[in-house]
Amino acid sequence: MLILNCPYCSVAAEETELAAGGEAHLKRFGPDSSDEDFHDYLFMRENPKGVHFERWRHANGCGKWFHAARCTQTLEVFGTYPAQTTEPPQEIKDAITAKRPGWSRRDFS
Amino acid sequence: MSEPISALNHASYDGIARVTECGLQGMITLRGDLSDKVLAKAIRDATGQKVPGLREALVKGDTGVCWMSTDELLVLVPYAEVEAKLAAMTNALSGTHALAVNVSDARAVFSISGASAREVLGKVAPVELSAEAFQPGQIRRSRLAQVAGAFWMDDAETFRVVCFRSAADYVFKLLKVAAQPGSEVGVY
Repeated sequence: MLILNCPYCSVAAEETELAAGGEAHLKRFGPDSSDEDFHDYLFMRENPKGVHFERWRHANGCGKWFHAARCTQTLEVFGTYPAQTTEPPQEIKDAITAKRPGWSRRDFS
Repeated sequence: MSEPISALNHASYDGIARVTECGLQGMITLRGDLSDKVLAKAIRDATGQKVPGLREALVKGDTGVCWMSTDELLVLVPYAEVEAKLAAMTNALSGTHALAVNVSDARAVFSISGASAREVLGKVAPVELSAEAFQPGQIRRSRLAQVAGAFWMDDAETFRVVCFRSAADYVFKLLKVAAQPGSEVGVY
């Protein structure tokens, strides 16, 4: 079972209290972008075995969106952080590096 | 003038704990910047309480204020006073980026009381409800089996549960099953 700490209400929320929101840190390509960029933004998602960044919503709780860094292979959670950011904070990156040296995911490492 | 009644009109059930529908409760959802002084004063004027901290419930009887989210509070007032309190609050908050709405008739309130109250609620919500983890003065928004709900404790053996009025019948039946005689688990 997946348990994530909501960074807004600091509840250790169990998976059924949360709603999954897919991959985090997508860069939006909107008006005036190329068709290819827009297509990739809309449809292309990572499906990694290992380190992954995801969006979650504390749906049956405070209702806030937040981000989680976790390992899709072991379900290990490296940390959660508020959604008002375009990239994972340094302490989250450090926590992942401590467990998975040499990791990378899209533009982050 | 038609007389307002609550979703289940004080239905109750006695099992390992007593489950009661509490009747009409005035509720105001207030969203805004919780560190705002104007908002704090509006809360104090309406309930006599300060702005609650993280997951705090400052409730006495049917008056109080609960922390719902980083920018949301649930203000409890007697049902008969809700319109007047809301008008005063809206007036006090004019000019502030905040919103107060009367949600009294959108909700149902239950109480679960008795020595096994923790057990009854623990069966239907994915929440740590041991005496060390959950105490009077705290609120928790979570789910009650398949619907959203929030609860806090009035005293060591009494929970107050809030859910949507449309789910009141479901929640009452759910709590009745959870409170069936002989169904103690003995965890807490």
